[in-house]
Amino acid sequence: MPEYETRVGMECHAELLTESKMFCGCRNEFGGEPNSRTCPVCLGLPGSLPVMNKKAVEHVVRTALALNCTISLHSIFHRKNYFYPDLPKGYQISQYGNTPIGTNGWLEIERADGTTKRIRITRVHLEEDTGKLIHSDGAGYSVVDYNRSGVPLMEIVTDFPPDIESAEEARLYAETLRSVLLYLQVSDGKMEQGSLRAEPNPSVRPVGSDTFGVKTELKNLNSFRSVQRGIEYEAKRQIEVIEGGGRVVQETRGWDDDKGVSFSQRSKEVEQEYRYFPEPDLIPLDFDVKWLDSLRESLPELPNEKKRRLAEQYGLPASDAAQLVLERETADFFEAAAKGAKDPKAIANWMLGDLARLANAESVPVHATQVTPGALAGMVGLIESGAITGKIAKSVLEEMVATGKTAAQVVEEKGLTVSGADEVAGIVANVVAANPDVVAKIKAGNDKSIGFLVGQVMKESKGRAKPDDVNRLLKDEIAKQ
Amino acid sequence: MDLHTLTAHELAEKIKSRDVSARAVTDAFLARIEAVDGDVKAFVTVTADRARETADAVDRRLAAGEEVGPLAGVPVALKDNLCTEGVETTCGSKILRGFVPPYNATVVDKLLGAGAVSLGKANMDEFAMGSSTENSALFTTRNPWDLSRVPGGSSGGSAAAVAAGEAPLALGSDTGGSIRQPAAFCGLVGVKPTYGRVSRYGLVAFASSLDQIGPFARNTRDAALLLSVIAGHDPCDSTSVPRPVPDYRAGLNGDVRGLRLGVPSQYFAEGIAPNVQAAVLQAVELLESLGAKVETVSLPYTEYVLPAYYILAPAEASSNLARYDGVRYGHRTTGARDHIGLFEKTRDEGFGAEVKQRIMIGTYALSHGYYDAFYLKAQQARTLIQRDFAACWQSGIDALVTPTAPSVAFGVGEKADDPLAMKLSDICTLSANMAGIPALSQCCGFSEDGLPIGLQLMGPAFSEETLLRIAHAYELATDWHTRRAPL
Repeated sequence: MPEYETRVGMECHAELLTESKMFCGCRNEFGGEPNSRTCPVCLGLPGSLPVMNKKAVEHVVRTALALNCTISLHSIFHRKNYFYPDLPKGYQISQYGNTPIGTNGWLEIERADGTTKRIRITRVHLEEDTGKLIHSDGAGYSVVDYNRSGVPLMEIVTDFPPDIESAEEARLYAETLRSVLLYLQVSDGKMEQGSLRAEPNPSVRPVGSDTFGVKTELKNLNSFRSVQRGIEYEAKRQIEVIEGGGRVVQETRGWDDDKGVSFSQRSKEVEQEYRYFPEPDLIPLDFDVKWLDSLRESLPELPNEKKRRLAEQYGLPASDAAQLVLERETADFFEAAAKGAKDPKAIANWMLGDLARLANAESVPVHATQVTPGALAGMVGLIESGAITGKIAKSVLEEMVATGKTAAQVVEEKGLTVSGADEVAGIVANVVAANPDVVAKIKAGNDKSIGFLVGQVMKESKGRAKPDDVNRLLKDEIAKQ
Repeated sequence: MDLHTLTAHELAEKIKSRDVSARAVTDAFLARIEAVDGDVKAFVTVTADRARETADAVDRRLAAGEEVGPLAGVPVALKDNLCTEGVETTCGSKILRGFVPPYNATVVDKLLGAGAVSLGKANMDEFAMGSSTENSALFTTRNPWDLSRVPGGSSGGSAAAVAAGEAPLALGSDTGGSIRQPAAFCGLVGVKPTYGRVSRYGLVAFASSLDQIGPFARNTRDAALLLSVIAGHDPCDSTSVPRPVPDYRAGLNGDVRGLRLGVPSQYFAEGIAPNVQAAVLQAVELLESLGAKVETVSLPYTEYVLPAYYILAPAEASSNLARYDGVRYGHRTTGARDHIGLFEKTRDEGFGAEVKQRIMIGTYALSHGYYDAFYLKAQQARTLIQRDFAACWQSGIDALVTPTAPSVAFGVGEKADDPLAMKLSDICTLSANMAGIPALSQCCGFSEDGLPIGLQLMGPAFSEETLLRIAHAYELATDWHTRRAPL
């Protein structure tokens, strides 16, 4: 069997964070009583007309700029015509052809081994979302909720031939893209609610082949993990089809995350006939260069820049920096906590370790527990000054997450400060006196046995003694014997 | 006094001076409808109760000494493709039977704001596709001048209502001549404004880049008044132009001296009836005698107007009419097994033959592989047609004078089986829509058998004032507009 390589094109859709929908005044938000946020425009009633949401346009322009795109100074909208019950006008207003808002950009991803790669982006455009069909089992009919109809939607498409060469790269691309959208505050990036949708187009070919394989399009991937798993599964399936003498069918395939399999949804062998033509109800977008410049200048520091800066400024490993910048608030939390800290790396370790675990248990992002950046810095400070041990700190942090108290408050209330030298010395003396056989072994040259005595002291002190102190005091005490 | 014979201005003045009540005026027109509409069949829906309520409200305001709008108490008929809140809007189609819009078209709100009284909804060719009202799924409207003839179309109901004295004013819509051709057939003034002058919000779309709403009236002053009320920018219509609206009556001074009128040779060619050519040329001579300068001009791309129009209008229509799928409103078939079946059966049952034909033409023209040869080519032709007109205006021409239609009103059934002949009756009017320029039709004489002949004026974008001034000057020198249909 020849060796195969995978290529993945990515189409991502992001619902934009705007007050109102794309072409009408209805509120843009998730969920709610079906059809409660509708009007003649987003229901496509006869005679209604679309009016452009300027904020949505601005969001797309800012995203295109952040993705290093060329901005079309003159951009038009098209109608994509097809019949479906969730599409009230019988066409979707979208951007087709050569003048989407953004073209020819790129996004850099960083692999686990620290190497980076640019993924080229062919277009960033603006369109509207559809309603949602709700099928009721056995009822013999379906109903439609148009609350989502007309929600502004941004589409970001990677270039061909695809730069993404593995399922992991595809996941990294989706994660990095989500970070950019969150930094720009143009989307809430919630894959589980469908406000960010990633549709990978994987194909495989024997290594060395000069043509690309037939691609399939994967849908309903509602997490980064399923993006990676879906592509891995699909690449394997395609190879099996080819090796079995079959032909990969160009089609849309759904992903069943529970079963871990993809399934055929709709053939794309025959090119869909969308009858695109310029939308006559909207006037073209003509951008002012000065406006574009002002948007470019006001872009925030983006994840990749921030990652490099954090690593350099705080001496963090690249992998830690990469973790911290995934969400802007996490990076902000880190910087607030690390400001003036002696060991910023310790802050990062606590954030990415225990705090992340505790936050996850509460289903909130690491920056959104009751622990403030100042409180985390205070806790690390207590460890650095020797006031508490790292082991104690773990339980202190747990209490901080649960109650919102500072480390100092928790330590004070629970009497967790490290035992004084006198107290430890007393315990050491007791332990040495109680274990003459062990002491004898040590005196006979068996250094390892001291570990047992250290353990005993730590147990007696309930973990509040510092292991370094204990070691030193034990040696002194044994020497006295 | 026969109130229904008065002009809108006369009615407005009598009501305002409380010489006659708005209620009495409305009752008079409702009575007229009662008397003649069985023959004319102009109205699809008569909203008598609403009309009386509106009229009573006007009377109360007047009694209280409150300010009233310029159309206070004046009845108006609305083409049935203008959305009216709470009143069925059928577009002359079975597929919209039972559709009651939850909102008013912007022009309807403007009319009501000006105090006008809506009498109801006027018949039309289905989805405004046609030139005779014979494509209405409901019934065919008759020409008040000769009930065996068509009133023109697609706004035939609006035109017939005004010509029959069932309303002093009406609104229509014009995508390729649908206001001007029926105005010509019914001896009225009809105006297609500049594209973007009047909001299209609430006008059920036929071809979005060509559609405009405009007035019907029995004289220029009335048309100018109605246009002043409905024109203006609308934040709900991105293609409406933010430009101040004048009182179009202000420029009606009867003076055409020094105006340069162009007579395009292509509009006086084969296919235009001799009596129409003669009447229009006589009108041109009259205008010249009033001080206008007349010259022959050429619009060389005229022959491409019809073919390009019949690509672009159906293309847009095929998309605009996609929403009639039986899911949300209007006709829905029974017994469909899946959503595709629902769409196909609903649309098959709901649309008439002409509409289906245009949807198919438009679908074809937009299809992959044909787009460049048809849609794109037609857009290029449209640009050249626009340049033809631009060249005229650049050379100093103020307005063009042409026939409105190639003939007087034809008989019911005469062209129903000949779609090409039917479409040729719009040959003179399509270009103004393609160019986005304003155009007006007025009566310039009668045939031997007493049927009105229409003259068309076209001008540069936003030259409605000039066109109305010329038409008004012509009216002052003639009495065609004072004739009434023999009903």
